Amino acid sequence: MDILAQQIFNGLVLGSIYAVVALGYTMVYGILELINFAHGEITMMGAMVAISVIGMGLAAGLPALPLILLAMLAAIAVCMCLGLAIERFAYRPLRHAPRLAPLITAIGMSILLQNIAMLIWGKQYIPFPPVFPQGEHRLLGAHVTDVQLIILATTLLLMLALTLLVQRTPLGRAMRAIAQSQPVAQLMGVNVNRVVAATFAIGSALAAVAGVLVAANYGQAHYYMGFLLGLKAFSAAVLGGIGNIAGAMLGGLLLGLIESLGAGYIGPLTHGFLGSNYQDVFAFFVLILVLVFRPSGLLGERVVERA
Amino acid sequence: MKLLSVERLQVAYGRIQAVRALDLQVGEGEAVCLIGANGAGKTTTLKAIAGLLPCRGSIHFDGRSLGQQPAHAIARLGLTLVPEGRGIFPRMSVLENLQMGAYVRRDRQAVKSDLEEVFALLPRLAERKTQKAGLFSGGEQQMLALGRALMSRPRLLMLDEPSMGLAPVMVQTVFGIIRQIIQRGVSLLLVEQNAHLALKLCQRGYVLENGAVGLADPADELAANPAVRAAYLGEA
Ligand SMILES: Nc1ncnc2c1ncn2[C@@H]1O[C@H](COP(=O)(O)OP(=O)(O)OP(=O)(O)O)[C@@H](O)[C@H]1O
Ligand SMILES: [Mg+2]
Repeated sequence: MDILAQQIFNGLVLGSIYAVVALGYTMVYGILELINFAHGEITMMGAMVAISVIGMGLAAGLPALPLILLAMLAAIAVCMCLGLAIERFAYRPLRHAPRLAPLITAIGMSILLQNIAMLIWGKQYIPFPPVFPQGEHRLLGAHVTDVQLIILATTLLLMLALTLLVQRTPLGRAMRAIAQSQPVAQLMGVNVNRVVAATFAIGSALAAVAGVLVAANYGQAHYYMGFLLGLKAFSAAVLGGIGNIAGAMLGGLLLGLIESLGAGYIGPLTHGFLGSNYQDVFAFFVLILVLVFRPSGLLGERVVERA
Repeated sequence: MKLLSVERLQVAYGRIQAVRALDLQVGEGEAVCLIGANGAGKTTTLKAIAGLLPCRGSIHFDGRSLGQQPAHAIARLGLTLVPEGRGIFPRMSVLENLQMGAYVRRDRQAVKSDLEEVFALLPRLAERKTQKAGLFSGGEQQMLALGRALMSRPRLLMLDEPSMGLAPVMVQTVFGIIRQIIQRGVSLLLVEQNAHLALKLCQRGYVLENGAVGLADPADELAANPAVRAAYLGEA
């Protein structure tokens, strides 16, 4: 088996997930200059809801394909409602407060969601039932699973759809207008609260899908899984330039590749001193490097969090 | 019934009272200017009317009280402000800026033909449709801001210092465009440092002093008033 091809493929799969989650961070930051730390937990909630729905559906004897769709839709619906509720009740009252207040609230929301999930689903890892196709293939020397192919196809489709939404639709233009000047956007008749809510809803829907896909890929989910995933996706958003849509996608894919190649080669390069369990370090190493040498990120035009 | 009628307007920034008991009216099809020294409260007045600042007093537009309606709701009524500094969206193309002007409109066909009209009125914009507006010169940005305002089909257009920072030739061009807009039947409330031009363009004028109206007269009378000439028209 070709290790390089394998690591690149794995990295793309991982990175495409990071990219989709990073979009949620970057859209909200672009508009409100708020880091929605609860966003990682939204992905976890998506995974958990999907597992529960699949469990019930299997018990009721539903076939796999409709069940997957049903689980996706349920995860999306629940996550959208969560995102909207968080925006409405946690962030909106603090819209004009000093920047530290919403930041702390965001961390609080993240912990709250973790605890809610723990109460509902428990502390243990819960298995993701094998409803997705389980086929395996060889592709350019890499070992590829059906789930990975589904992840790539779905995430690429979502990124394309979001790009079109942001670039071509009135809602997307309104989002960009608010990011450039909120008062002028209002003068154009843009209802800022409505557009902000829509942004949270869209970001949460993306996170839901990402959460389901991650859980399907690893075959399990856990109430704490959103923390690391969220932190990495946030790093990806910063790497690409937070607030920049294309940057989030690029940053996600790059971070996935860096992690995967790093994990694949760190053993041989350090003569076995460091193993692939150091994979998670790369994301934060990259985050620190970016913050030190290029705080505006690869495609970013403005400076990151000044608070 | 006046198109715009403002009574006892008061606006404060914290404890600083920027506008105190201001009255002003703009009639249907009328062009009115608001002149005054730096810090007199001109920008504050326009922002309050547009709903961007909390204020006290009463503001009626087209017979309807604006109360404390949010800015986006006021914009939907056809009361359009081109803010001080133009407020174009620098990272959007010219076309996208113009589309933002028509954001609240659902009559797609009419929007399309209005776009053609704006390009006919401002050919410079047509040439550079796909360019990022942030790359434009000050004069071009002001044209874009005017074009964008027209895309909303304003009933009352409020302009805050359209000549600010422009070379004299460009000022003439911009005022020529404003004159054409007036001729289309759009009512105008113009704030302008260049009192000379403003009084020539408008039928009536208000002189603002320390947040209140000092004088309110037909433009030719204001232009002939020795006190106005000394303070705002640069004559000793
Ligand atoms: N954001 C603000 N916070 C506090 N005070 C302000 C603010 N904006 C304006 N002011 C004050 O309110 C008063 C009126 O300001 P405003 O900008 O309305 O004046 P203006 O007539 O538009 O002046 P200029 O000709 O310089 O544009 C000034 O004393 C100004 O210092
Ligand atoms: Mg001003």
